Amino acid sequence: MSEYLLEVRNLQTRFELFRGTVKAVDGVDFTLREGEILGLVGESGGGKSVTGFSLLGLIDPPGRIAAGEVIFRGENLLEKSEEEMRRIRGKEISMIFQDPMTSLNPLHSIGRQIGEMLALHTPLSPADRRKRSIELLREVGIPNPEDRLENYPHQFSGGMRQRVVIAIALAANPKLIIADEPTTALDVTVQAQILALMENLVKRFGSALILITHDLAVVSEMTHRVAVMYCGRVVEEGPTRELVRHPFHPYTKGLLESIPRLSGERSRRLPQIPGMVPSLFDLPPGCSFAPRCGYATDLCRKEAPSMRSVAPGRTVSCHNPVQGGEEAEGHGR
Amino acid sequence: MSAKKEGFFKSEFFHNFVRSPGALAGLFIVTFFLVLVTAGPLFTPQNPYDIGSLDLMDAFKPPVWMEGGDPAFVLGTDDQGRDLLSAMVYGSRISLFIGLSVVVLSCVLGTFLGLVAGYFGGRLDSLLMRVVDIQLSFPAMLVALFIMAAFGRGLGKLVTALTIVGWVLYARTVRGSVLVEKKKEYVDAARLIGLSPFPIILRHVLPNILTPLIVIATIHVGTVILTEATLSYLGVGVPVTRPSLGLLVKNGYDVLFSGLWWSSVFPGMFIMLLVFGINLLGDFLRDEFNPRLK
Amino acid sequence: MLKYLLKRLVQMIVVLFTVSVIVFLVMSFTGDPVLMIVPPTATDAQIAEARTALGLDRPLWVQYGVFLQNLIRGDLGVSYIFKRPALTLIVERMPATLELVFFSVLLSLAVALPCGVYAGARPNSPFSRAVMGGSLLGISLPSFWVGILLIFYFAVEKGLLPSSGRGATAPLFGIPFAFLTWDGFRHIVLPAVTLALGTLAMLIRLIRAQIMEVMRQDFIRFARAKGVSWRSLFFSHALKNALVPVVTVFGMQIGSLIAFATVTETIFAWPGMGKLLVDSINTADRPVIVAYLMIVAAMFVLINFIVDIVYTLIDPRIDLR
Repeated sequence: MSEYLLEVRNLQTRFELFRGTVKAVDGVDFTLREGEILGLVGESGGGKSVTGFSLLGLIDPPGRIAAGEVIFRGENLLEKSEEEMRRIRGKEISMIFQDPMTSLNPLHSIGRQIGEMLALHTPLSPADRRKRSIELLREVGIPNPEDRLENYPHQFSGGMRQRVVIAIALAANPKLIIADEPTTALDVTVQAQILALMENLVKRFGSALILITHDLAVVSEMTHRVAVMYCGRVVEEGPTRELVRHPFHPYTKGLLESIPRLSGERSRRLPQIPGMVPSLFDLPPGCSFAPRCGYATDLCRKEAPSMRSVAPGRTVSCHNPVQGGEEAEGHGR
Repeated sequence: MSAKKEGFFKSEFFHNFVRSPGALAGLFIVTFFLVLVTAGPLFTPQNPYDIGSLDLMDAFKPPVWMEGGDPAFVLGTDDQGRDLLSAMVYGSRISLFIGLSVVVLSCVLGTFLGLVAGYFGGRLDSLLMRVVDIQLSFPAMLVALFIMAAFGRGLGKLVTALTIVGWVLYARTVRGSVLVEKKKEYVDAARLIGLSPFPIILRHVLPNILTPLIVIATIHVGTVILTEATLSYLGVGVPVTRPSLGLLVKNGYDVLFSGLWWSSVFPGMFIMLLVFGINLLGDFLRDEFNPRLK
Repeated sequence: MLKYLLKRLVQMIVVLFTVSVIVFLVMSFTGDPVLMIVPPTATDAQIAEARTALGLDRPLWVQYGVFLQNLIRGDLGVSYIFKRPALTLIVERMPATLELVFFSVLLSLAVALPCGVYAGARPNSPFSRAVMGGSLLGISLPSFWVGILLIFYFAVEKGLLPSSGRGATAPLFGIPFAFLTWDGFRHIVLPAVTLALGTLAMLIRLIRAQIMEVMRQDFIRFARAKGVSWRSLFFSHALKNALVPVVTVFGMQIGSLIAFATVTETIFAWPGMGKLLVDSINTADRPVIVAYLMIVAAMFVLINFIVDIVYTLIDPRIDLR
């Protein structure tokens, strides 16, 4: 078995639409060790969520996974049948969705929804499932779990619901959890609590975590490594600390600089990345980021760069990486 | 102009339309009826309302392919020697006229009231919506039947009655859109600088509701034609002097047991075909404009 | 709960009151009932006398007051034609209509549920496409014409089933029902099929649309991410969520069946209250028309109320307030 829990190689997911083919994920590579927390970062429309769903084989037509390998514990998930995948989903790899208001079945009690996961993937008896459900709810910080088992999702607040979702995701002790923007739909005050809870729990349960987010600030606080995505590709990858301190890709640098910080000079205007994410129907030739990039040259506009190693453990896909990993202006919050 | 046209022929809508057998069939049927009711009277052998042109000698003739059929009367005649095909052409005309005029009137009235209710809100709004709610809790057919029973048959009365039951659909849709639009920031901005937001809301609401209105209106034409036919069948719809397809079926039913099956079967088939064609188009439009159902 | 019931009761009374005002106003602006009652040879003096006797010479609001008072006492007037209380006439005919509606409901559910569910589960299968085409045709059919075709084929041509009347009846709880006798059951088949057709087609489309809508929801995707099998996904997660809204529409459909029973009963000479209404409209028998409308309005209001209660029972999200 390889040293990695998960190896994604040249993953390509496409959507065939009338207006053309959208390469939502266009040759993504990354790896993940057991217990590692990886941040998958980028602006919306960058292909992060589709990547997450692709790993679980949850891409519906008109989308399809066109190429690549998803090696999980030595086996390529893309070659598995739907039935085999069904046994992996939830048990080996589980997922936390963005909006807890819509990801729970409104007509089932939460006890039933946790119990369903346990019934599917554990040999527990109904009585034990009930006990385990209560334990799980306690783990995620739901007060009076015994009383709340019979409650329905609408009787919980958004933050509490996301805790229930996390309890469900953890129920079968999965090796990997994919969390797709788990705090975006929540109140700011609740976001930090949920993130801390997740960080704590994956450590205790020994799961690896892929945290999909647009928020580099979140990533810099709790992940071990980061992969930055832009227009369906990973443009930079590396250990979180180094990447945040010394970004190589101009896009990463731009993302970092647009994080507001609390200390330092006050009147500084928050820099933005100029322009917008291009339409996936109409990607520019060459590097997709070139039209928005301050460092772009004629080469960038003609030829797409490929991933290369620039420092130990650091890869970047850029013709003109920021010299020597320039210090980003906004990094240290 | 030509560039715009080319845009349409290259659009996804057009692309899907020509690949949808249902939509094409619907277009074909509706076009057939539109041509029939505009040009048909030029070719029919009789004017069925002109009593002078009827000859009792022609009565009880079966369709042309049956024994005793007369090539002059392709679908046969009724008990008064009236050519069934001619009657059906004129009947389709009345049915379609009622369907289209009721839809236009309901749409105008409902959109106006929906805009007013949504924009001004308050008492007027709750009163209007109360009326809409109460009316929607009763089947449209029954309300129309009641109105017609009270005021008697007649083309104008029928159009009025069906408009009274029809406007609520439009009002509800339009009001909903206005309420959504009213919450947006540009409305506050307009108020702050002392502008009346109504014209702006209108400019934002109308384009937004155009597609749902087209879908509702298309399907509504079919519903109106069916309701009209039913009311006429019950004897409270169009007057006997202007028989719509529904009334033709009723007249045919009265002589069904004397063996003249064709005089109720064919007009009914026309209603079915016409409404089916309209519904095929409506179904396609709804799927196109509401891609979630695809 | 009690508060909710009271609130609903008040609402129901308000609706019925509104309906009574509208019905009264519209009916009093139309036709002259006096001319219906007096013999055609009556003199002007006799007509005036009859008018006073009926109280029709008094101001409109006084007339409405009398009407409302009688209404509350359950007196809806005496039929001009039958010379019997209008309410009695309608109540007598109600069982016939209700059994017809009941069988239509049964029939439409028995067909629409499996077809709609299947069409929603496998929207692209040939069977589903056929069902959708058929149901679109179904909602395009004039029901009276279908009735005529059925009569022509099954009664006139083949002589298999009777085309009119209710046949023999047998009492159940003292109320005569046709379906309890073989003869009566044979009579109910064609009208029930005719009446059911439109509702059936509409329900199929509604159920399918609901299921397809639910299947795209986030919680279904989340359940898939849990490793739930398609079967369980569909039957345990999607179906109930899809069918809850159908209950509301179904209640409205029962109302619509009662309304359309007027047409079916007229075609098949089924002696229900719908046929009574159409006959009364043709003979301008005002008290019967008014009585029918008030009773049917009360039935609709009651059905809506029951639907709301059922809804709250099957959907945990709704709290009775």
